Amino acid sequence: MTIVAGVAVERGLDEEPIVPVTFTEPEAAARTWTRPDDADIPPSVPESRRSTATVRAVDIIRLLGSAAASIGFTSWLFFFALPLQGVLGFVLVSYAIFVMLFALLTSFDENRPTVRDRIVSVIVHSIAFILILALFSVVIYTFGRGIEPLTHINFFTQDMSKAGPQEPLSIGGVLHAVVGTLIMITMALAITIPLGILTAVFLTEFPGRFARFVRTIVEAMTALPSIVAGLFIYATVIVTLGFNRSGFAASLAITVMMLPIVIRSADVVLRLVPGNLKEAARALGASTWRTVWTVTLPTARSGLTTAIILGTARGIGETSPVLLTAGATTFFNFNPFAGPMTSLPLTTFTFVKSPAETMIARGFGTAAVLMVLVVILFAIARAIGGRGPGQLTTRQQRSKTRQSKDDDYRFRARELGVATGARKSKPKPRSRPKTTPLSDPEGATP
Amino acid sequence: MIVDHEADSTATDLLLLESPAEVAHDSPRSLASAIDRPDAAFRVTAYGGGSIVVTIMLLVGIFLLVQGSAALQVAGPGFLAEQNWDPTGKFGIAAVLAGTIFIALTAIFFALPLALATALYISEYAPAKIKSGLVTIVDLMAAVPSIVYGLWGFFFLTPLVQPVSQWLTTYLGWIPIFTVNGFDPNDPLASPTVFAASTFIAGMVVALMVAPITSSIMREVFTQAPIGEREGALALGATKWGMIRSVVLPFGSGGIIGGTMLGLGRALGETIAVFLIISPVFVIQPHILEKGANSISALIALRYNEASKFEISALMAAGLALFLITLVVNFAASTIIARSRSGSQSD
Repeated sequence: MTIVAGVAVERGLDEEPIVPVTFTEPEAAARTWTRPDDADIPPSVPESRRSTATVRAVDIIRLLGSAAASIGFTSWLFFFALPLQGVLGFVLVSYAIFVMLFALLTSFDENRPTVRDRIVSVIVHSIAFILILALFSVVIYTFGRGIEPLTHINFFTQDMSKAGPQEPLSIGGVLHAVVGTLIMITMALAITIPLGILTAVFLTEFPGRFARFVRTIVEAMTALPSIVAGLFIYATVIVTLGFNRSGFAASLAITVMMLPIVIRSADVVLRLVPGNLKEAARALGASTWRTVWTVTLPTARSGLTTAIILGTARGIGETSPVLLTAGATTFFNFNPFAGPMTSLPLTTFTFVKSPAETMIARGFGTAAVLMVLVVILFAIARAIGGRGPGQLTTRQQRSKTRQSKDDDYRFRARELGVATGARKSKPKPRSRPKTTPLSDPEGATP
Repeated sequence: MIVDHEADSTATDLLLLESPAEVAHDSPRSLASAIDRPDAAFRVTAYGGGSIVVTIMLLVGIFLLVQGSAALQVAGPGFLAEQNWDPTGKFGIAAVLAGTIFIALTAIFFALPLALATALYISEYAPAKIKSGLVTIVDLMAAVPSIVYGLWGFFFLTPLVQPVSQWLTTYLGWIPIFTVNGFDPNDPLASPTVFAASTFIAGMVVALMVAPITSSIMREVFTQAPIGEREGALALGATKWGMIRSVVLPFGSGGIIGGTMLGLGRALGETIAVFLIISPVFVIQPHILEKGANSISALIALRYNEASKFEISALMAAGLALFLITLVVNFAASTIIARSRSGSQSD
């Protein structure tokens, strides 16, 4: 039956000719079978529990079999039949053969939709695996080559003012770049977070012609290349206004780059807040402001945090705007408004452009530090806002319970006409002293 | 209570009967909602925030246009056709523009399947135990700075890809884009360095860089595909792939296009990784496997430092051209997304 319906669903999309044989299968007829009253009831057999496992042994055997066969076949191709070479080539060829063999094996006992399902499943699994593998290789390779400078403690405590290209790794460090990065990103975030979230809220809460215009402009600006943002600040702040390159100029460039990204992803997240939650808040008499503050923002909190994380991560790792606006330095500089400043990615870039081996090693070390910094920020953000909407920690749960109790107390006190300290406005005198929430106008007009 | 209400309404009816003049004066109620003071303040603040953002964004665009126009007036329409970059003589962006597009297309060619499959894997196939871990890894990788990918591509990927490039040009060299000048497949001593610093390698690195963010957006939309329709498809006997094709992908098409376009925008503007890997050439280089490539952003990073005031203007014009391309890409994307069924209807 599964098979028949599977074909039916696929048919609607493919517009393939129906295979009539499938519809006259005996199993299809068996579905409407009813037991005749006078039929002999077979002796009852103890029912065995059905297996609900989604992976069958035969699937695994097929996979392993075609993998082994493809590796064998490719080895034969590479070492005996054709003059091919290269590790990557071997992997690619054997993978192609593997998929073909697996499709062939599956098609021996399954119908076409199932074969297609299995092939897609294998391809999806392997491509996802490739991406994860490649991402891990990026991390491992960077740490592998950067481990040597990282073992020297001076790498984290000194700046590069005393270290020339020929100095050993035991002299010089990148603390100045860490400081520079932190100063720049803090200044950029101080502008981006409030302005970005506010604009995203504006886009979702006050729809209209102007909001549409703002959204269009922001969407257009999402793709503003970071180097163009850097060039803009370079041309305005440094060339036209005549300021020197500084950390502040760099953080402005980062802000221009980060702002549209944060707004756009925050807007998408806020639009996904279920409308019925907001409507419920409005129906309970909350104003727009209260609805946003108590319903929309908390519901979207984890998504908003993700939006800010992704924005921060891009801002912190961006080299090009900083390259144009901060000016590179090898000294400590704590003042973002005067003198050149450097950041971790910019320092990495300067290091690896040097031909000296120690400098390249330092470059990888700096990149590793940068990655660790990103991971730490990421972990903090996850810990704060990584939960789904409505998922609370034990502490939050307790505080919500307490708050709910307080509210309950307050409401009942009001119903009884007792003034509590929590409310500023006095309950109005009513003709009917004992009311129920149904006829209470107080909630509807805040 | 109900009894109470009925009694009230009866009383009102009686009242109306007694004085019909009141009925004539009854006019439709005003539907305007009263806005209290905090709410009004909130409205003003929100509009203010939107206005500030728009002002900043428009300022960037206008400034680019004004600054770039000086160079554009000198270069004329030849700005788009000239391959050479010599601000004292003839200069144009034909070479860098073509290079930018080649790199971005190569990147999207690799990034789209990578991102789509990873998003599908995480939202549909992955066991529940590792799902959140995978989401974290992909989000984290979207956060890894481009300079790190650049280092990886320059020192690690280049030697790995060279044999593949060599194989491609040896057996598929008859396809124009895979041709490599100066490489003879029959020469056993041919140096593999002709395959280094190519559009192909830069594109692969950029692909890896944009794949996580693209995948992250796609996955978010896929997981919001309505559970009722998923179960409906499965209950009709669809295979998992049948369900994905008939429910998840149509529902997530906005996310797929939006994510890809965002990736394309990033790929077009990517600077540092490309700048590290390529060796700049100022000719249109359609042979993606061959050494030498260029992009607008790499041009800006290469030239801004020793640029005269006029060359800055020329670079601005180049930046404006890059920006216009990404603008077109983005607007095309948002139009397509607006037409498709996107996640906004999920309540």
